[in-house]
Order: sequence, then C-alpha cells, then structure tokens
Amino acid sequence: MKIAVCAKQVPDTEVKVQVKNGAIDDEEFTYIVNPYDEYAVEEALRIKESGGDAEIVVFTIGGDRAKEAVRSCLAMGADRAVLLNDPLFLETDGRGRGMILAKAIEKEGFDLILCGKQAIDVDEAQTGIRIAEILGLPHVSSVNKIEWGEDGTFRANRDIEGGTEVVEAKLPAVLTATKGLNEPRYASLRGIMMSKKKPIAEMDAEALGLTADDLKPYVSVVGVELPPERKAGKTVSGDVEETVPQLIDFLKNEAKIL
Amino acid sequence: MSKNILVFAEVRNGEIKKAALEAIGAASNIVDEVGGQVSAVMVGSDLSNLADLLANSGAGKVFLADNPVLSAYSPDAYAKVIADTVADNDMNLVMVPFTAMGKDLGPRIAAKLDVGMVSDCTGIRVTDGEVNFQHPIYAGKAISWFRQNGDGCLILGTRPNVFSVMEETGKTAEIVNLDIDIAEESVLAKVVDLIKPEHEELDVTEASVVVSGGRGMKGPENFAMLEELAEIFNGAVGASRAAVDAGWIPQSHQVGQTGKVVIPDLYLACGISGAIQHQAGMRSSKYIVAINKDPDAPIFKLADFGIVGDLFEVIPKFKEELEKLSE
Repeated sequence: MKIAVCAKQVPDTEVKVQVKNGAIDDEEFTYIVNPYDEYAVEEALRIKESGGDAEIVVFTIGGDRAKEAVRSCLAMGADRAVLLNDPLFLETDGRGRGMILAKAIEKEGFDLILCGKQAIDVDEAQTGIRIAEILGLPHVSSVNKIEWGEDGTFRANRDIEGGTEVVEAKLPAVLTATKGLNEPRYASLRGIMMSKKKPIAEMDAEALGLTADDLKPYVSVVGVELPPERKAGKTVSGDVEETVPQLIDFLKNEAKIL
Repeated sequence: MSKNILVFAEVRNGEIKKAALEAIGAASNIVDEVGGQVSAVMVGSDLSNLADLLANSGAGKVFLADNPVLSAYSPDAYAKVIADTVADNDMNLVMVPFTAMGKDLGPRIAAKLDVGMVSDCTGIRVTDGEVNFQHPIYAGKAISWFRQNGDGCLILGTRPNVFSVMEETGKTAEIVNLDIDIAEESVLAKVVDLIKPEHEELDVTEASVVVSGGRGMKGPENFAMLEELAEIFNGAVGASRAAVDAGWIPQSHQVGQTGKVVIPDLYLACGISGAIQHQAGMRSSKYIVAINKDPDAPIFKLADFGIVGDLFEVIPKFKEELEKLSE
C-alpha cells in the first residue's frame, strides 16, 4: 500500500505574533511540523504497522528551512520524502498549493493521501480537499476515527454540530486529520538517527510542469493587522457574598445579559 | 464590480442553518454597495417548504436541488450541483457558511471550479468598489484582509455568528427547480450514519453563552455544575485543552487553538488559566468573565469581569443568585 502524507512546516504555536510594515514579523519565529499534519503522519504509521507492507512518502512545500520538519516526519517513521522547493510555490495561494501537491502526488500514484485538516498559520483548511477534487478522489475532512472494511472500503467519523457524522467511501481517497484521531508518537533516538539516511527528493515548478501563470494567486493579502486589544476589566476578590453580587451587577448593567 | 452571489443554504434536520441566513444578510449588504443580486441554493430532499424563509431573509432567487440521491450529504455530489449552478448562472461569488458541512464542502466547490477561496471570513468591507474579506490567521492572533485577483468566481467561507440576519423583508423569491442528473454509483463519499450524544447538546460554536471549565474543575463530575449553569443561560459547556486531555469532557467541547473558535455574547471561564492557545479560541467573545483561584492567571488580563476565588464556592452562589432573580 502506498500512503502519501502532506506535511507543512509552520511557526510554533507559542510564538508571539507581531505585525511589522503591514506583514507578520517572523524574525524570531521557531518552527514545528503543523500539529494537524502530525496526526496524519501518525495515522499512516499505524496503518503500516497493522497492515504490513506499506510505503509512506511525505510531501512538503517549502525551502531549505522546511527540511527540518521533513526530517521530523521521517524520524517518526515515514520512509522517504519529496520537498517541493521553488520560490513560485511560496508566492501562490490555497488553489496553487492544492495544485502543486496534487501534481506531485499524481506522479507516483497512492492508495491513501493523509493531510492535517488545516495549517495553523494560514488557517485555510483547503489543501487536502482541493487535492481530492483535482485527483477525482473521495475525501473526508476533519476525521477523528477511521474504521477499515473490506476491499479498501472505510468509514470515517467527523464531528458536526451536535453529533458525529459517519462517512463511507473507498480507496483511493484523501482524509484530513483532526485532534482525537490518534496520539502522535515522539521520534525515538533510533528514528532520528535513521531519518538522516532517508532520501528527500526535491522538485521544482519545472519538474511538476507548472508555470508562473499556473501558480498565480487568485486571492491576495491586502493588509495584516493585530486584533483589537482587549483591555482587562474589573477583577474582584473576597467573600462570595460580596463578589457574586458584583458579577450579577456587571451582567445586568454592563453586559446587559440578565 | 457588481456581484452575482450564490449562497449555499445548508439544511440540517429539516431546518435551514442560521449561519446561512446570516450569509444571505452579508451578501445583501455587498449587493447594496456594489450592485448585483443574491440567490440561494438548497441541496437535499423535501426542501420546497423552506424556500420562503430564504426569500424573507434576502434571497431574490432560490435554486432547489431536490432529489433522493442528494438526501444524504456527499461533498463531491453537493459540490457538483453547486458548481453547475454557478457556471450556468454566471455567479461570481459563492458564500458557504463555514459550519462543519461548509468547511468540508467549500474547498471542493473551489477546486471543482478551479477558483480561489477565502476561508473563515469574519468581516467584509468595500473600498473604492473593491470588496475585501477579513480572515483571522495564526489562530486569531492576527487578522488578514484579502482581495480577489481577476474577475472569476470566488468562494467565501463565512464564519457563523458574525454576520446579521436581515429583518424580514416580506419578499418572495423566484424558485428554480434544478434538474439533477447524478447517478448513485458516481457519488464518491457519502454520509451513512449520524451519531447523536445521549443528551441533546448545543454546540459551543452555536451558543450565545458558553460556560467553560479548565484544570481548576479538578474532575469530570464537577462539570455537572457547569452544565446546570449553562442550562440557566440556554448556553453550551466548553472546556480547555487540559480538561479534554484529562478525559473529563469530550473533545467536541474544547475551545482553543486545537479546538473550536467561539464568539458568544458571554464566555464564562471557570478554573481556566488562559494560555495563549486557549485565548485563540475565545478572545473574540463579546463579554468574558473569569473565575480563578490564581490572581496571576493570564485570563484576568482578557476578562471584562473577573473573580479571584474558589469556583466551588463562587459558582453555587452564582447559581443561587440567578435562581433568585428568575423568581
């Protein structure tokens, strides 16, 4: 079985986000594998471990800095990786990213494509689903449980408002992972050592047959700002006989909720 | 440039999602500024009695894709119907309420039409005839504004609870019954079952009041206290990652960077310290109230009103006072 996993390198969730000259100031950023993509890598590993014969290939759009994230995925246990490295790739939009990954994945042919449900920097939640449509495959997004049936048929669960939807489809397919699907493993020391020998192939726009015109962004950012500052209001302490009435008062007269 | 807008009116349990009516309201505002028209499309089966509500909320035309093959949701089948409607009617903006279904469907429509998409839109403005779309990034730590390049169609995912439903317009809409030509076998992915929790629960993303518990709740049994409080407000119970990871409450209640983003009128944080990742999920709430034993908890910097105290004393007293008020 061949499994493709799409992984993105993103800024750590702890970074302080600041805006400089109308753009995000990333000078002090540290980077991680997108947390939702880790659930995808982990699921691929579990499928491999339970089934026997599977090859896991990680696809990442990024430059040299992204190699660190790719190595992390290889250290977890993926077999090899493809780094999609081209300045054009970094200037495109969600449509472009879906196209780049779909073209790269299509070159080989996979039974299963696993992605995280969204990248925690741009928060678009489009890539995995776009790949599915481009390749003419079924998709289930935001999956937190998978049950495998016969002949590549599966049922995947996803949370909806007030319940859980169970979706049925058949491989080949794209699944995007959310929290709760599994608990991603920490790479072992052995895994880290072995990852250094695993191949990372690089492909640019030309290798994928994509031109600058193909990749021109259909949407562009016109500005970035910080959210309105929330100022701390009143904080009280002491006996509940004193504090709770003040809360009621706040809810009645200021928030006008009571 | 005028906008020929198509709004996807999601139907769940025989009802149109409020988020869809909100999207129609937002669409109407755009058309007021730049010209154009607002239509809606419903996909499923047994839909005809719902069209009036869409007209009343601002849709001038309602497309009905009413067919048994569409009675269960399928992203690829629904996307095909909507993409065909867009192409046949020269629509240049498709608004999809960013609910669970919308998040699953929107990108598929975008890819089918091979067009751009702005997800999770929290604001729309028109400057010099150009429409810009607001989209939070870095889990809401920053806000970006997008524009569309070129004149093609744009897919816009609108966040629920942000835009307003229009006052009843009393208008009627032209109803167009679409011819559906989809073979059952061609549907790729399809919903086959719906699992509901034992007790009907209001989703945190749909509640106007969220009562949320964190590590300070000390155990799963104490969430009952928050459920009772939420019930008084007709609200929902939320939780921090700590409480969910401890197994005290299911993941679906988690508010935060790796949980849900909520914008209720009131967010009551009980025993939640307020780490950056949690703040990402609730900082846009209209009013924030915090109860925590630790005066240095970061949540107090965000709260409009805070009580430094033992939540096991504060909450029962709060409930008591609320019950007195309703008498």
